[in-house]
Amino acid sequence: MDFLTVLISRANYWAYIILMMIGLYAMIAKNNLVKKIVGMSIFQTAVILFYVSIGAKQGATIPILLHGHAPETGGNLAHAATGHGTAAVQAVNYINPLPHVLMLTAIVVGVATLGVALALAIKVYKEYGTLEENEINQRLRRG
Amino acid sequence: MVNTLPALVIIVPLLAALVVAAAGFINKRACFPIAVGALSVSFLGAAALLVRVVNTGVAIEYRFAGWAAPMGIVYVIDHLSALVLVVITAVALVNLVSSKQTIDREFKDKEGAFLSLYVLFTAGLIGMTATGDAFNLYVLLEIASLSGYALIGLGKTRAPLATLNYLFLGTIGATFYLLGVGYLYIATGSLNMADLAAILPGMQNSGIVLFAFIIMLSGLFVKMALFPVHGWLPGAYSQSSSAAAGLIAPLTTKVTVYIMVRICLNLFSVDYTFHHLNAGDILVWVAIATIVFGSLSALAQTDYKKMLTYIIIAEVGYMVGGFFLGNRMGMSGAILHIVNDAVMTLCLFMAAGIFLWKTGTEERGDLKGLFGSMPFTMAGFVLAGLSIIGVPPTCGFFSKWYLVSGGIAAGQYAFVAALIFSSLINAVLFFRLFEISYFEPFADHHHGSDKSAGHGGAGAVIREAPMAMLVPFLFVSIMLLVLGIYSGRIVTNIIHFAIPAGVI
Repeated sequence: MDFLTVLISRANYWAYIILMMIGLYAMIAKNNLVKKIVGMSIFQTAVILFYVSIGAKQGATIPILLHGHAPETGGNLAHAATGHGTAAVQAVNYINPLPHVLMLTAIVVGVATLGVALALAIKVYKEYGTLEENEINQRLRRG
Repeated sequence: MVNTLPALVIIVPLLAALVVAAAGFINKRACFPIAVGALSVSFLGAAALLVRVVNTGVAIEYRFAGWAAPMGIVYVIDHLSALVLVVITAVALVNLVSSKQTIDREFKDKEGAFLSLYVLFTAGLIGMTATGDAFNLYVLLEIASLSGYALIGLGKTRAPLATLNYLFLGTIGATFYLLGVGYLYIATGSLNMADLAAILPGMQNSGIVLFAFIIMLSGLFVKMALFPVHGWLPGAYSQSSSAAAGLIAPLTTKVTVYIMVRICLNLFSVDYTFHHLNAGDILVWVAIATIVFGSLSALAQTDYKKMLTYIIIAEVGYMVGGFFLGNRMGMSGAILHIVNDAVMTLCLFMAAGIFLWKTGTEERGDLKGLFGSMPFTMAGFVLAGLSIIGVPPTCGFFSKWYLVSGGIAAGQYAFVAALIFSSLINAVLFFRLFEISYFEPFADHHHGSDKSAGHGGAGAVIREAPMAMLVPFLFVSIMLLVLGIYSGRIVTNIIHFAIPAGVI
């Protein structure tokens, strides 16, 4: 595979890596604490995007049974493919829902982290009257 | 009953955390007994599990909602996780019992919130230890971390800033771990650790698996404060309140080391970690750097608690280095040191709590004359110091013995030298503290009475710490001796079975 093919066929990976690096850069290089927190949020979201993209499949749909399928096949894709003729559920027609479900939890974790971080930022602001890291450091040195 | 215990040891504290938070609004006095009760149930459950596993020799598996392994989430209690569970619950319980008064004083009107976070943090660590599912581990890791940030953030005036730095680095660590789990899922289609362990040996040459291994371990290294990503630890731990430090400092790094051991041994397999990748060669050197750096930085501190935080970093180096020696001696030493170091660190931070309670500061110089006024506390403190240095028959000696023997057997003489160097530095650190507190007269008066000070003479009135703090502290310091005496049994009966048979 030449470089261009790799670049295009793995677009989702490039997107998440770029987002992740933007977040990491903001966390390390930014001076303002809120900007750092925003960077952290981008960083976490990048991994969520990565997970969501690996569950996706071209031409597939969400794993909900449409009309015409035999009800007893249920969502059990592994066993459904045999014995039900045209009504059988074909795994290839559906995206993999597991990474998406995992990311529900990861989103909750991300929101909780953001909440704790903002609460701490408020406490820092009350203590020093600023959110700029260099000003806080100056104050710490003087005090 | 025993079959549901793996679930109960985590569900009881998890629900109790919510109950404690609610009780904080209704009746503040109810919070403390509920928290102690929940942790006691967890501790008894963990102890019962350990006894059961040691007696039968078979791991106990609990399936949540009855779903079998690759599909559902299972909790697996084997020798290693049962041992770590007992340590976590015991440390959390003892520290909670001893810090009743400090919590009342430092968190007036916030006891409910503090205790709720305390129990939630413990529940997260218990879950991390017990779970057999790689993604579930991430969720519980974040439960423990988030409540840990909040606990530390409630500390002194500089705590919020230090905690925010910890939060940034902790999030990077946890997210790296999550990314690693994602790549493992791409490669294998499974999240269950036992299932992964069965699939992975067939794909040792896969680049995806290699990347997953590297990124997961890097995430854990950030979380356990291995040099050079240790920067968050001293600030965060030294700014936290006594009660929170006594919980978080002994447990967080140790449980993360346990997760590393678990992932390298039971997920990626010994063969992959040590023979295919030769990860040990590099990581022992990283551990050596950690030990040397931690010890030298500890030497530079005048603040007692800050000194302890750098000792923790050095001890992380002991465990990581010992584990990556790759032989049975070194691994036994590393796992034994998880137990011993948790107890030693608990003892030292409890002593820090008592000093802060009595003197109001954590400066080294303010320990003057404490041998005279607090003889029992100082006796316990001496035991803890000797154990960190590694003097027999305290437990610190035995784990260091295993680590040194492992280092010699593996031919890693630099690691052995680093261990001995660090022990010597610890000796300097603690004998300096002993000297200040024993020979120097009490800080603000009795200037001319060097002789009487420190010997229970006329100048020194015994003003011991409150019984509720002193008794648990002495119990922990005596445990240092007990663990030392029984360390041979712990290794042959428990740790021996935790290490795969292929490791010599």
